Amino acid sequence: MPQIVKKLTQKTETYIFIVILALSFLIELRSGQFFTSNNLVDLASAMIVPGLFAIGAFMVIVSGGIDVSFPALASLSIYATTSTLLNANYKGGIWLPIVMTLAIGALLGAFNGFIISVFNLPPFIVTLGTSSVFKGVMQGVLNSKQLATIPKGMSSFGTSALFVATNSKSGLTSRMPVAIIALIIVLILAYLILYKTMSGRGIFAIGGNETSAYRAGFNVKQIKFLLYVGVGVISSLAGLIRVCMMTQCHPTNMLGMEMMIIAGVVLGGTAITGGAGSLTGCMLGTALIVIVQNSLILLGIPTFWQDCFLGLLILIGTGVSASQVMRNSRMTKTIKIRRAA
Amino acid sequence: MKNNNKKGLSAFLTKDVYLSRLIGLMVIWMLFMALAKFESFYSVINFQTMASQFPEFGLMALGIMLCMITGGIDLSVVGVANMSSIMIGLTLNMLAAEDGSLPVYGIPLAILGGLLVGTVAGFLNGVLIAKVRIPPILVTLGSYQLFTGIAIIITKGKAISGFPPVYSATIAGKLFNVIPMQLVFFAAMALIIAFLLNRTTFGTKIYMLGTNMTAAQFSGLKTDLLLIKTYMLSAVCAALGGAVMLANYNSARADYGVVYTLQCVLIVVLGGVSPTGGKGRISGVVLSICVLQMLSSGLNRFPQVSSFYIPLIWGGVLILVMVLNHLTENKKIKTPKSPIKSLSGQKG
Repeated sequence: MPQIVKKLTQKTETYIFIVILALSFLIELRSGQFFTSNNLVDLASAMIVPGLFAIGAFMVIVSGGIDVSFPALASLSIYATTSTLLNANYKGGIWLPIVMTLAIGALLGAFNGFIISVFNLPPFIVTLGTSSVFKGVMQGVLNSKQLATIPKGMSSFGTSALFVATNSKSGLTSRMPVAIIALIIVLILAYLILYKTMSGRGIFAIGGNETSAYRAGFNVKQIKFLLYVGVGVISSLAGLIRVCMMTQCHPTNMLGMEMMIIAGVVLGGTAITGGAGSLTGCMLGTALIVIVQNSLILLGIPTFWQDCFLGLLILIGTGVSASQVMRNSRMTKTIKIRRAA
Repeated sequence: MKNNNKKGLSAFLTKDVYLSRLIGLMVIWMLFMALAKFESFYSVINFQTMASQFPEFGLMALGIMLCMITGGIDLSVVGVANMSSIMIGLTLNMLAAEDGSLPVYGIPLAILGGLLVGTVAGFLNGVLIAKVRIPPILVTLGSYQLFTGIAIIITKGKAISGFPPVYSATIAGKLFNVIPMQLVFFAAMALIIAFLLNRTTFGTKIYMLGTNMTAAQFSGLKTDLLLIKTYMLSAVCAALGGAVMLANYNSARADYGVVYTLQCVLIVVLGGVSPTGGKGRISGVVLSICVLQMLSSGLNRFPQVSSFYIPLIWGGVLILVMVLNHLTENKKIKTPKSPIKSLSGQKG
């Protein structure tokens, strides 16, 4: 038993989980609205898009890179799809939009991956540049504007509900979107790829030490390239779901999300230098941010406190994990010294 | 570098690829503008407008450059700038008499207040990076959120305006009726930083810090103190940028200039500062600021081209320059020159 406790106290996930629980109970105490069925369903549906983005961002950060272009990538691929289908007066189901969006996403991701892996350039700067390019293509070449309507198949996918939760006290209802299945599927796929395939282990290995990974026989360039393609696909799926759920296409409304998503991933204990982290932590960190964004109002805190609160959360969260890393490295040092003596 | 300058322009141009590339880009663009839109581009007013526009983000870019030389990055500059401009705005409103006049010490005092805010913000960044050892990208990401949040709380999300017109008239005015005051601020700060980087031990130390942190530590440098100083200097630059922003817009808000963060990083990288630290010169960064301003002002002369093409061009240029740098650097490795020469080329 103490072994398990000791193991748990060393994990960032535990602390994040405790913080989430504490925050939930605090909100419940103040408002009595947190653990109602409709609030939980609302939170889950608010998790879908950030959750998908976070899975992509997590995989990149674990590989020692960073991607700040995914909101622009998602916006461009979904805008191109929606406007093309609207012009073609498309009446069919959701499958064609999915295929189109994901294909464009994969293409754009391949662009990122090509530059990063072939020329071996710093991912932060490259994706900064490509996000600027994607934005320019969307707003300049495609001359993007807000699309008030989207094809019928897409909007019916976004609004169809898995089940409907009703709050017995207030009578408010919330729908659980079908799109949550997409999040679950992507989560399972990401888990299988990251933990059960050789390439997935390669992503961790590259993040730990690229040269060692190369010496150990991983095809570093190929893994990196495929990784950015995968992230492009996941991000464009998130963009598609967001547009479907909003039933309108607002081209610029996802831009600027990248910092929040990365913050969530890092809060969950993923090392920004790469090589360490877990999907559980990534999801918990994102959940914490979603809860803060959605539920501060239930605590009676005015919404304009939100940014300040999130900033503090990021600084404290990363500070705790940074000091943990320092403590651990000190511990290994003393162990080494003892062994040497 | 001094010796190389004496050898003449051609030697200088081949020596620093980044600078010569930027100069080439600028010359081509100026020629193109001369052929296409000579009257509207080459006018005193156009150049005055350009010189009054770029200092606000130029100052922030100078700060980011310093941090990037140490191997870090400062993404909080826009947050600091907004906080400082709000502080200046509030101080001005407090000092103003009922008829809108300001005491003589009003403007300097207000700007000093803004710079103080910047210093405190930079100190916070620096301590978190140097002492708590959180990666700079995360610290400044979080502190950007925090600073913006504080600014929103102070202003309740609304814009602050209605301060004495004398502030805008002074800071956004013209020296001797020719030189925009904003440019004076920028030039002063750029000269101070150039002096610090090239003529003081502080400059040499931060280049060393960026080249190899561990080596710097073992050679007895107080790395923690150096990092804190660098981030404080960066935030002071940003705070001054905020003062200029306040004068240009004549109002202050928590969410002005959001696009500047990434734009400044692009400028700094285009200017030849290495994102991994240790390399880069202020002349390159200043030049790249000027090139960006000329590109966007020039494009504005073509009403048929949407201004949304600017990010496309800017991002494309960045990626192209990085790929070119990569290719030329690989060539260098294949044909190594004398090690001393290549070392002196890296330093400012």
